Amino acid sequence: MASFATKIKVKQSGGTALVLTLVKHPMETGQRVDKKTKQKIPAHYIQKMTFEVSGKQVAEANLGPAVSKDPLVGVQVKNAKKGDKVKVSWTDNKGNRGSAEETVQ
Amino acid sequence: MKKLIIFLTLTGMMGAMPVVSQASPEDDLKAWRSYFKKRFPDVKFDEFSNGLYALPGAEDRRTEWEEIMEFPPYELELEEGKKFWDANKLGTCFKNGGRGIAHKYPYWNGKEVRTIELDINACLKKKGKKPIKDLKKGKMAQVVAYMKSMSRDKRVKVDVSSAGAKAAYEKGKKFYWARRGQLNFSCAHCHVDKAGQFIGGNILSAGLGHGVGFPAYRSKWGGLGTLHRRYGGCNKQVRAKPLKPQSETYRALELYETYMASDLPLTAPSQRF
Repeated sequence: MASFATKIKVKQSGGTALVLTLVKHPMETGQRVDKKTKQKIPAHYIQKMTFEVSGKQVAEANLGPAVSKDPLVGVQVKNAKKGDKVKVSWTDNKGNRGSAEETVQ
Repeated sequence: MKKLIIFLTLTGMMGAMPVVSQASPEDDLKAWRSYFKKRFPDVKFDEFSNGLYALPGAEDRRTEWEEIMEFPPYELELEEGKKFWDANKLGTCFKNGGRGIAHKYPYWNGKEVRTIELDINACLKKKGKKPIKDLKKGKMAQVVAYMKSMSRDKRVKVDVSSAGAKAAYEKGKKFYWARRGQLNFSCAHCHVDKAGQFIGGNILSAGLGHGVGFPAYRSKWGGLGTLHRRYGGCNKQVRAKPLKPQSETYRALELYETYMASDLPLTAPSQRF
C-alpha cells in the first residue's frame, strides 16, 4: 500500500499560529468505478484528524469522503508560544494512522 | 498600376538581396524583452518568472496563488523525486552532483538538444536501470522537479552560440511563430499578441518566462507535469496533433523558449492553475 506522508507547517503571527497539514491520501469515496475491472473502488478516506499543542488537544476535524484527495487541512491556534510542540494525527476508515510534529517558531 | 510598380520594386529588392539577414538570437532577445516591457510597463522583469500571476488583471489569482504557495501542493511529490534521485545515485552522472546546473539546460551537445529528461534517462541506462517511460508526469516530472529545485533562483543561462544550437534555435523559433491546428493559431498569437488577455475564463500567460516554472503542479492535472506535457496540451487546445514529449521539435521549442527567458530566475517546481 502506498505510504501516507504527512507534512505539517506552523506559521506564527501575533500570538496566533496557523497550522497547516498536508496528507498524501487517496480519499476514495467508494463511488468510483475502476475502468478496467468495472468494480467499485472501495472507500478509503480519513475520518478523524486531531491537533494537539504541547500534548493538549486543541482541535478535532471529522473528515469524510467529500474531502479531496491529498487534503490540506488548516487550523488557527490561539496563544501558541514559541517552542510549543504542535502535533497532528489522523486515522482513516481502514485503520491506517499517520502523524507529524512541528515546533512553533 | 501604382501598386504593380511597388510590387515589382519590392520583389526586385528582394531579388537583389537574396540573403535575407536572419536576426541573431541576441537581437531576438532584445526585441522580445522590449516588446513585453512596453506591453506590461508595471511588471518587473523578474516577476515574469511567475507566469500569469505576474500580469496585471490577475491580482485575485495572485492572492490565491500566494496562499497555495504557503504550503505548495508539489512538496510531497518533490520528496518522492528526491528519494528516487538518492536511491539511484543520479547525482553521480551530473556535474557538481546535479546541484546548481539546471539553469543551463537545455544545451547542445554537438549532435542534439539535450534536456534534463534525456540526461536522466541516459544516466539510468548507464547504471543498467530501466529508463523512465512516461515523460509527461509521475516519476520523471518528480525527478526533474527535484533537480531543478536544487538550482532554484539561479538565472537561466542557455548557450546558443554554436552553429548546431543556432539551427535548433531557429527550428524552435519557427515552431513558435508558425500557425498550426484547426484554429490556425501559433504560440505567438496567444502568448505574445494577446498576452494578459482573457481566453474564456483564463488569462493568457506572457511568452516571456515560459518554462522557468516547469515541471509545475497544475491544479487541472492534480499533480506535477513536465514542460512537454504542457506543450502537448497547448497544441491540443488549438486542435493540433500534439507531438511526442522529448521529440526533436519540442526540444528545439524548449531551447527557443528557454533562451527567450534568459536571465529570469528558475522558479521550478511551481504551481499553476
